[in-house]
Amino acid sequence: MAPKTMFEKMWDSHIVHEEEGQPTVLYVDLHLVHEVTSPQAFDGLRMNNRKVRRPELTVATADHNTPTWELTKPIIDPIAKAQLDALDKNCDEFGVTLYDRFSPLQGIVHVIGPEQGYTQPGKIIVCGDSHTSTHGAFGAFAMGIGTSEVEHVLATQTIRQFKPKTMEIRIDGTLGKGVTAKDVILAIIGKIGIGGATGHAIEYTGEVMRNMSMEGRMTVCNMSIEGGARAGMVAPDDTTFEYMRGRAQVPQGDEFDAAVEQWRNLATDEGATYDTVVTIDGSSLEPHLTWGTNPGMEGPISGKVPNPASYEDAGDRESIGRALEYMGLEPDTLMTDIKLDRVFIGSCTNSRIDDLRAAANIAKGKKVSDSVYAMVVPGSAAIKKQAEEEGLDKIFTEAGFDWRIAGCSMCLGMNPDILSPGERCASTSNRNFEGRQGKGGRTHLVSPEMAAAAAIAGHFVDVRDW
Amino acid sequence: MEPFIKHNGAVLPLNRVNVDTDQIIPKQFLKRIERTGFGQFLFNDWRFLEDGSPNPDFILNKPGYENASILVGGRNFGCGSSREHAPWALLDYGFKCVIAPSFADIFFNNCFQNGVLPVVLPEETVNQILEKAEANPGYQLHIDLDGQRVWDEDEEIVSGFEIESFRRYLLLNGLDDIGLTLERDDEIATFEANRSTHGGVLTGD
Repeated sequence: MAPKTMFEKMWDSHIVHEEEGQPTVLYVDLHLVHEVTSPQAFDGLRMNNRKVRRPELTVATADHNTPTWELTKPIIDPIAKAQLDALDKNCDEFGVTLYDRFSPLQGIVHVIGPEQGYTQPGKIIVCGDSHTSTHGAFGAFAMGIGTSEVEHVLATQTIRQFKPKTMEIRIDGTLGKGVTAKDVILAIIGKIGIGGATGHAIEYTGEVMRNMSMEGRMTVCNMSIEGGARAGMVAPDDTTFEYMRGRAQVPQGDEFDAAVEQWRNLATDEGATYDTVVTIDGSSLEPHLTWGTNPGMEGPISGKVPNPASYEDAGDRESIGRALEYMGLEPDTLMTDIKLDRVFIGSCTNSRIDDLRAAANIAKGKKVSDSVYAMVVPGSAAIKKQAEEEGLDKIFTEAGFDWRIAGCSMCLGMNPDILSPGERCASTSNRNFEGRQGKGGRTHLVSPEMAAAAAIAGHFVDVRDW
Repeated sequence: MEPFIKHNGAVLPLNRVNVDTDQIIPKQFLKRIERTGFGQFLFNDWRFLEDGSPNPDFILNKPGYENASILVGGRNFGCGSSREHAPWALLDYGFKCVIAPSFADIFFNNCFQNGVLPVVLPEETVNQILEKAEANPGYQLHIDLDGQRVWDEDEEIVSGFEIESFRRYLLLNGLDDIGLTLERDDEIATFEANRSTHGGVLTGD
């Protein structure tokens, strides 16, 4: 048999129906649901008198517009409340498991899937959210879909897809001190551009990925969509299996070991080829941050804000000029001279226990700058609990960070956590689009370490010197 | 879903690259539980000033573009969030077609699900259309989906375009694909039955 990539193995093993000129009907193993992109889909089912085909393969949580202060307070925004109520009602009516905002297992959908063990190698996983690519860190084919597709999956447990091309992104070498998974993915997006992987499923390979923790792999895969990719994935290995072992929804005991033997077969075969190959030298990377209004507008901490005048392409000059105007930045400013008003540590990109430990390690015994308001929002109620058991909450609060309850929070500001116009924020999230964190707000994407250090200094610093 | 067969309408030239779905419909408007009513919020942060009045510098607010139904934008249109609220907002406002040199995958797919036709044209052609529409508010294009052709009144712009035949068929007939997939119920059931013999663990074999 011809050698296959991991992606091709997963594609081939999920084909329900294929026909020339039509999108292939693929079986979906896990469908994750949240309150923002599902109400219209459930409505569609009701209007057509359809059921959820496999409610036991469907899991819902409330994350996008849940408040992150006290749980006991009522939700002020009546429209947000209506949406959360709709999720309750829909899950009840259609028999779908829901981790509501009061559940001890509640959290950001892309955090709780892996945490509970729903996310497993070889699965096709979909969710009405573009950051579904996160789950690819386990060797799954995981992709974001629109609400009409959510309805399609609810009704049929399948999805129709035109086959994407494959792209290998190989990161060789060893990351230096203070250089993280976030810096790797920012550097990748900077290199390929935000449309660079459109129409492709990415597999991240190389020594850097092999040595990376599951949290780090999730950070990398999470932002695949910021390069335009349909999905991002990493071959499962012992790091994956050790992370999964014993989690609530994975097979237990001998069954787990048997599953591991199957999962090992997923890795790309020797001799298989990708449509595109990109290589990055991990050893030469430094901490990165964004300076503009999309994740591809980024650069190393030792550098400067670019000068549009130095670009040849008129389109580049125009878009960089516009971005700098929005961001309120002068060309050629040193990255370390950029001052901050806010710091946000959280989101499906960087809110896991490793991320919080890394940030706490930087913040320990220090004080947040007087000019900065900083908040930490754990990715799930379980991570919050674990962090509190480890005393991380104390480190943060003693340093002057606000310690919140789990949710998407200021990554997209659907709940009350938003930036005011003109405010500048160092954020561990995934998008620095105009207005993403609040109309007129200015977002710089960074790693948890860089965010914590910036909170204390009041401006960006190179964490390698911390 | 309304079928899309032919369309003739005025062009809104949105001369920007990487227009993301956060701009098309900002997050504060995603809390509605219906598919309708999003048009009033289309491009909200570009379209309105702090005090809520229309931003006179934004193209949609300039005289002559009020009735545009064909949006023409730069490359990588619709990148970012998977929110289907983006095509819902475009459709609700009155746009039937979006033309760009390239689209982000999820947005592209979401358009088809709602009877909005996304057309990929060469960047050079898109730039010509942008120029003409910026110089002449009310500049019109004709789009024929069956013939896969775009042209303007004086035929200075004439271009074919590619589209998968399956997508074209669904749009021409105003069909959604759930009904079609449900016709494959036996095949889905067979797949499920075979899979359970693997103990629910997929191997990739």
